[in-house]
Amino acid sequence: MSQFQKKSYISRLEYLSPDIVRITLDSPEIARIAQPGQFVMVKTGNGKDPLLRRPFSISQVSNDRYFQILFKVVGRGTSLLAHCREGENLSVLGPLGSGFQVDCTGSHCLVGGGIGIAPLLFLAKQLSRICTGNPPLVVLGARTGEELEPLINDFKELGLSVHAATDDGSLGHHGFVIDVLKGLQLAADATTYVCGPHPMMLAVHLLCKAKNIACQVSMETHMACGMGACLGCIVPVEKGGYAHACFEGPVFDAEELLWEVK
Amino acid sequence: MGSEIKNVDLAVSIGPLRLKNPVMTASGTFGYAKEFEPYLNLHKLGAVVVKGISLEPRPGNPPPRIIETPCGMLNAIGLENVGVERFITEKMKLLTGISVPVVVNILGDTVAEYQEIAERLADVDDIAAIEVNISCPNVKKGGVAFGTLPELATAVTNAVKKHSRVPVIVKLSPNVTDISLIARAVEDGGADAVSLINTLIGMAIDHKSRKPVLANVIGGLSGPAIKPVALRMVYQVAQSVSVPVIGIGGIESAEDVLEFMLAGATAVQIGTANFVNPRAAEETVEGLAEYVYENKLGSLREMIGALVLS
Repeated sequence: MSQFQKKSYISRLEYLSPDIVRITLDSPEIARIAQPGQFVMVKTGNGKDPLLRRPFSISQVSNDRYFQILFKVVGRGTSLLAHCREGENLSVLGPLGSGFQVDCTGSHCLVGGGIGIAPLLFLAKQLSRICTGNPPLVVLGARTGEELEPLINDFKELGLSVHAATDDGSLGHHGFVIDVLKGLQLAADATTYVCGPHPMMLAVHLLCKAKNIACQVSMETHMACGMGACLGCIVPVEKGGYAHACFEGPVFDAEELLWEVK
Repeated sequence: MGSEIKNVDLAVSIGPLRLKNPVMTASGTFGYAKEFEPYLNLHKLGAVVVKGISLEPRPGNPPPRIIETPCGMLNAIGLENVGVERFITEKMKLLTGISVPVVVNILGDTVAEYQEIAERLADVDDIAAIEVNISCPNVKKGGVAFGTLPELATAVTNAVKKHSRVPVIVKLSPNVTDISLIARAVEDGGADAVSLINTLIGMAIDHKSRKPVLANVIGGLSGPAIKPVALRMVYQVAQSVSVPVIGIGGIESAEDVLEFMLAGATAVQIGTANFVNPRAAEETVEGLAEYVYENKLGSLREMIGALVLS
């Protein structure tokens, strides 16, 4: 598999809400070969602190030249990135990992929570492009409408209808995405693709398991290198031991993982 | 790079092992080397040191295993590795015929285990040297005692040396009162070189949850944060032993390497920097070549121990 370490030019930096930022990077090498569910490692500053790169899902590619990352400002790394300027360069490593496995013969359901919605947009675009069947079901949730609305807009632009849920009820269903999903008719041949908070992914996995529907989840972990060297990014697996999110994932068949039900 | 710069003399010797330059990779930060091929030319490096190998496979610690700290990171990987059998049949096979020296890092719970791994590896081609980890702080029985008690350090070095056909490097723990004492002990045990430092034991706590951040509670600190400690220990050890010293700790550039060589290191290992910049080791070699060329040194070896004390 090809990977690149590149100085990537920031062609656009947008605030979608007070703390959600979207950066468009000019990087043909990465944009041409990236697959939905893959990620990049980005150096957020020039010095020794923060030291490590930060992982970001690729949320969209365009024209074989650009790709986007979408993130919420949660700490020093993301804060530094949010204060970059258009025209600056970022050091980017990628595309990394194993993404979503798409089979056009069945139907598709995309379930995202919060900033975990980011990689699902790339997937929705690919499904729309290569699969001719029914458009995918899309269920997206976040804490508030202010957070969710900008994340939903890109799906709407693809012509997809989105089932929304917010914790505070300010947009769509008042509650969790799992409640919405339970009310929807999922076809027996459906594959569910999930990215979001761990409890949400667990709930969707259990629902899919009960209905005997395939479920792919994108896992977020502590990660130092993103390329199989540090062995930090592990997730427990059903057969015993661990899998490495950076090269065996970040997308896994939910059945393969060991979900610690608490 | 001009051909004059390419032709500068960067070669160093670690006992009987000759390296074309002093830049090695540190065990546990460079996988089994193949992972880095998309990013750099392995053949430009002095040597590669692969992930530590135990007699039996080890699954490692539960997550979280790593956390970033100021100018560094804590890890408690727990010595995850495929075990000596799979290492020989799978990982070494991938490195067959490689023209960069491959150093294999080994670890064990008992002297007998170290000895058995050394015996197994003695039949394997393409291994340039063995590095003995007597210092990993992460697993309760993972060798911490060997690295902190001089007589045990001598014993394990002796056992590995007797059963190896290649030079034996012993990697020292900084988590001791007097590292020179341990360095002399492994020299007595027959070590051909010492490498230092392994990680410093540290801890991170999340005050909101009131929990330790790492599942293992404690972990090893690495990165630029530990460089001053590493430099001090290399300086002290280089004056205490006559075998070559390999410096490790927060190295990410040619300037860092020069500092370690001035302190007395013959070679160095790049560790955490590989995670941030997978080309770090190759770029460091290039930086050293430029330094030697621009400063008209006969060879980079002139820097070893050349610290000026006023």
